Amino acid sequence: MDVLVCIKRVPAPGSKIILTDDELMINTKNLGFAISPHEECAVEEAVQIKETHGGETTVLTLGADVSIEQLRGALAMGIDNAVLLETDGQDWEPIPTANAILKSIADQKENGRIFDAYLFGNESADSGGYQVGVRIAHALDIPCVTGIKSIELADGKAIAKREAIGGGWEIYEVDLPAVFTVKEGINLPRYPSLPGRMRAKKKPIETSTPEVVGGGLEKVRLKSPVEQGSDVEILGHGTEAAEKVAELIREMGLFS
Amino acid sequence: MILAILDHHHGAIQSASLEMLTAARGLAETLGIELEAVAIGEGAEACVETAVSYGASTVHLIEHDQLDRYAPEAWARSVAQLSEDSSPEAILGVGTERGNEVMAHLAAVMDAPLAANCMEITPGDETYFVTRVRWGGSLLEEANLSGDPKLLTVAAHVLSAAPADSPPAANTSIFSPELDEKAFRVRVKELVKPETDKVSLTDAKIIIGGGRGVGSSEGFEPLEELAALTGGAIGCSRAVTNHGWRPHADQIGQTGGRVAPDLYIACGISGAIQHMAGCKGSKVILAINTDPDASILGKANYAVIGDLHEVIPAISEALRNS
Ligand SMILES: Cc1cc2nc3c(=O)[nH]c(=O)nc-3n(C[C@H](O)[C@H](O)[C@H](O)COP(=O)(O)OP(=O)(O)OC[C@H]3O[C@@H](n4cnc5c(N)ncnc54)[C@H](O)[C@@H]3O)c2cc1C
Ligand SMILES: Nc1ncnc2c1ncn2[C@@H]1O[C@H](COP(=O)(O)O)[C@@H](O)[C@H]1O
Repeated sequence: MDVLVCIKRVPAPGSKIILTDDELMINTKNLGFAISPHEECAVEEAVQIKETHGGETTVLTLGADVSIEQLRGALAMGIDNAVLLETDGQDWEPIPTANAILKSIADQKENGRIFDAYLFGNESADSGGYQVGVRIAHALDIPCVTGIKSIELADGKAIAKREAIGGGWEIYEVDLPAVFTVKEGINLPRYPSLPGRMRAKKKPIETSTPEVVGGGLEKVRLKSPVEQGSDVEILGHGTEAAEKVAELIREMGLFS
Repeated sequence: MILAILDHHHGAIQSASLEMLTAARGLAETLGIELEAVAIGEGAEACVETAVSYGASTVHLIEHDQLDRYAPEAWARSVAQLSEDSSPEAILGVGTERGNEVMAHLAAVMDAPLAANCMEITPGDETYFVTRVRWGGSLLEEANLSGDPKLLTVAAHVLSAAPADSPPAANTSIFSPELDEKAFRVRVKELVKPETDKVSLTDAKIIIGGGRGVGSSEGFEPLEELAALTGGAIGCSRAVTNHGWRPHADQIGQTGGRVAPDLYIACGISGAIQHMAGCKGSKVILAINTDPDASILGKANYAVIGDLHEVIPAISEALRNS
C-alpha cells in the first residue's frame, strides 16, 4: 500500500497575527512554523497504514526551501521519501498548487512510484481553500472522501468514516486508489524518536521547481478582522472570587 | 441569474444557508438579476418555502433515484448540468463542510477557481472583489475572483440572515440530471447514530473549557463536577488533546469544534488565536488563569486570577450552598 501525503508549511502565530508592511503575508519574524494539525494526522495515518499493510510512503510539499524542515519532521515520524516542489515562498493559489502536485504525481509515476492512497488535510491552516485534494481527485479521475476521522483498507477498498451533521457518523466505501482529506482526531500523532530524527536528517530531498499553471483567485491583501475589544472585569483573586462567579452563573440563568 | 445551492438536513435548512441566501440576494439586487436556488437530496421540497421567503424566484429540485443519500460528486454534477442551460452569473454555496465540499467538486468539474468562505462580495466588470476568511476566522483576505460563472461559498455564522421584504411568488422546477455510476462512487453507505446522550458542545449553554493549566486527565474532575451542576459540557484546548487528556471530540478551535454557548469558562487556557477561533461566538467569556498577563484576558469579559484547581471547586461549592 503506497501512500502520498501532502503537507504545507505555515507560520504558527500565537495570540495575534502581525502582517508584513505590504499586507500580503504574515510577519514571521518571531514565529515558529508548523503544518496544519489535520496534515500532521495525515502523516501519522500514512505511517500507520505502512505499519499495517507494508508499502512505501512519500511526503510532498510545495513551498520555499525552508519547508524542508516540515518534510524532515514527517520523515522523522516514519515517512520514507520526501518531495519538495520549491517555490520562491510566495503564497500559491489552489489551482496552480493542485497542478504542480499533479505534475509531480505524474513524474513520480514515470519513475515507478504509483500510489494507492493520497492523503491531504481537510483544509490548509493558513488559506483554508477546502479544494486542493478534491481537484486532484478529479484530475486523476478517482474518488475523494473528505474530512475523514477513520479509515480501514482491505482488498483494494477503503472504508472511511466522517462526522455526520447533528452527530454520529457517515460511512463511505470507495475503491482504491482514492484521495482522502483528513481531520484532526483521526489519530494522535506520534512524537518523533531521536533515531527517527537522526535518520531523517540523512534522507535525500527530491527537489524540483514547478511552474505556475492556472489561477483565478488573486490575493490583493490580508487584513485583520475587526474585533469588538472587550474590557475585562477582574472578579477577584483565587477562591475569594468564587462567590462572584457563582452569582454570574445564577444571574445568567445557568443554575437553578 | 445567481444560483444558490442550499445546505439542508432532511429538509431543515441550516442557518448558514439562510445567511448565504441573504448574501446571494444582495448580490442579485446589486446586479439587477434574479436569484434562484437549488436543493438536492431527501427532504429537498421542504426547503422551497424558506428559500422563496429569502428571495429565490425559482427553486430547482433535483430528482434522481440515487440522490436520496449524500453523494458530493453527484450533487456537483447535477448543479453543473442544471447551469448548462441557465448559465448563472455566479453560483454560491454555503461555507459548511458539505457546502465547501460540493463547491470544490463543482469547481473541479467546471475547471474554474473557487473562493471559499467569503464574507463580502463586490461584483466588478471582469472579476468579483471578495473578502474571504482565512485561519479559521482569525485573518481576512481580499482577492479578485475570476471565472464564468463565479464560484464561491459564503462563510458560516459571519453574516446575519434576513428574509426578503417582498418575496417573489413561489415557483418550483424539477430537474432530472443524467448521472452515471461514477458520479456515485462516493456516497454515504450507512449512517451511524451518535453513541452517547451527553450534552453536546454545540447545544450546551455553558461550557467549561480546560487547557494545559489543568495538568492531567484527572485534573478535569472538578471541571466535570461544575459542568454536571450547571448542565454544561466540557471543552478543551489542543494542548489537552495532544497530551491525550481528553478525546479530540472535546477540542474547541480552528481544527476542533466551533461553539457559541451563553457562558464559556476558559480555565488554564492562554488564548491562542486558533483556540479563540472556536469560541469567540460565546456570549460571555470568563477566564480563570494564574497569569494576569495571559492574552485570553484581552479577549474575555470576566476573569479570575488564580489557580483553577482551587477556584473551580470553590465555584461548585458556592453554587451548592446557594
Ligand atoms: C494550524 C493550527 C491549528 C490549531 N488549532 C487549534 C485548535 O483547534 N484548538 C486549540 O485549542 N488550539 C489549536 N492550536 C494550538 C494553539 O496555537 C495553542 O498552542 C493552544 O491553544 C494552547 O493551548 P493552551 O492554552 O491550553 O496551552 P498554553 O498556551 O500552554 O496555556 C496554558 C495557560 O494555562 C495557564 N495556567 C497554568 N497553570 C494554571 C493553573 N493552575 N490555573 C490557572 N491557569 C493556569 C497559563 O498561565 C497559560 O495561560 C492550533 C495551532 C495551529 C498552528
Ligand atoms: N503548498 C502546498 N503543498 C502541499 N500540499 C498542499 C499545499 N497547499 C495545500 N496542500 C494540501 O491541500 C490541502 C487542502 O488545502 P486547501 O485547499 O488550501 O484548503 C492541505 O491540507 C494540504 O494537504
